Amino acid sequence: MNEFNQAITWLNDPLNWTNPGGIFDLLRQHLEITALAVLLGCVVALPLGLALGHFGRGGGLVVLVSNLTRAIPTIAVLSIFPLIRAIGIGMTAAVLALAIFAIPPLLANAYTGLREVDPEVREAARGMGLSGWQMLWRVELPLAVPYIAAGFRTAAVQVVATTSLAALAAGGGLGEIISLGFGLGLSVGGGQVLAGGFLIIALALLVEGGLALVQRVVTPRPLRRTFRSRPARLAAADNQ
Amino acid sequence: MSLLDSPALAYDAPANPWFSWQFVHDNRDQLLAALREHASLTAEAVLVASLVAIPLAVIAYWYRPLTGPILALSGVLYTIPSLALFAFLAPFIGIGRITVLVGLVLYALMMIVRNALTGLNQVPEDVLDAARGMGYGRFARLLRIELPLALPGILTGVRLATVSTVALTTVGVLVGHGGLGQLIFYGFRANYRAEIATATVAAVVLALLLDLVLLGLGRLVTPWARGSRA
Repeated sequence: MNEFNQAITWLNDPLNWTNPGGIFDLLRQHLEITALAVLLGCVVALPLGLALGHFGRGGGLVVLVSNLTRAIPTIAVLSIFPLIRAIGIGMTAAVLALAIFAIPPLLANAYTGLREVDPEVREAARGMGLSGWQMLWRVELPLAVPYIAAGFRTAAVQVVATTSLAALAAGGGLGEIISLGFGLGLSVGGGQVLAGGFLIIALALLVEGGLALVQRVVTPRPLRRTFRSRPARLAAADNQ
Repeated sequence: MSLLDSPALAYDAPANPWFSWQFVHDNRDQLLAALREHASLTAEAVLVASLVAIPLAVIAYWYRPLTGPILALSGVLYTIPSLALFAFLAPFIGIGRITVLVGLVLYALMMIVRNALTGLNQVPEDVLDAARGMGYGRFARLLRIELPLALPGILTGVRLATVSTVALTTVGVLVGHGGLGQLIFYGFRANYRAEIATATVAAVVLALLLDLVLLGLGRLVTPWARGSRA
């Protein structure tokens, strides 16, 4: 339990929090990378998923994307992007790399959400004279919100978790604490390694819990009962 | 291990290709060694995880009150980032192969339990009724009816776990046993593209290959499902 005490001591040192490059700095960087990556993922995946779902095509593509990204090691993508000449080492590379891993859950859930809309509802909407856009905007999208929210939550949790790996490829974030701790060797840096683990797990659970709440709030009340399971987990049951 | 100070000297150097036969040829021993470590870590992790996960799923299936806690626990584990998990294991287990293996087993375990449980729960009630009517006991029912019918679900879980484990093994670089991840990491530090790209392609191919093997194996052991799946 020696490391355990070391970790607590390390976390109790206010300088470790406020120093330049300390916990607060790294946390801000971590959240920035996560937010940008998820945003970028949304910009790419949501229109595509909605379009594919609306027209009922490309289900195979959605499955292919999520299967293929599962096979690609995150560390590989995080290491490749900084070595592309136009990007260079730093935050941009991390954001671009992580956005790739945000896409599959968003895409799969947007697609599934639209596909799950009751055909009779579609029929009724068409009967009322709604155009394709109106149907998407007023009927399909609202009904797909629970799925899209679940996809967003999965993507965000996944990215906030994976961002910790960015430290291994000079991308920054809270993983730096662990990486530096290992660099010191476990006898000296063991406490720091453990403390970094604590912080990252706490952040991941916090994001997961917070977004679960958001997901509940944005889900229209009548849909809450029927939507108990989390289809997102089936679509992309994998992280890091 | 800070990488911020790794020199960017090869940036404008002309000879930093993304792929080089010369590199593969000159380093084939190291490449093969890394591949071997990667494959053996994956195989061991998935094997151990399957041996633990399937009985666990059966327990959760038999004793319904345990289903909730087991699924909740695996849900929490799912949220824990791999880097943090290894950071937690390393100070207690030490730095080495076994640390990577324990981490990989935990993640694979979670995926297989979930899918096996889904498979078991999908066994139709009337089939179970018929089995009961024929005088099957609990174990006979499990071995002859429930497990065979849940096999597609279990295999899906094993395939998912295998592909994810191949990708995840690279995080083992943290404790010096990342298989191909080791090469990716060294390549990044040395700013050498071919090393990263070669190791990445090898990892992806390994994942897809294992997936195909398991898919074939699955078809072999579930001949009754072939018609419906095609």
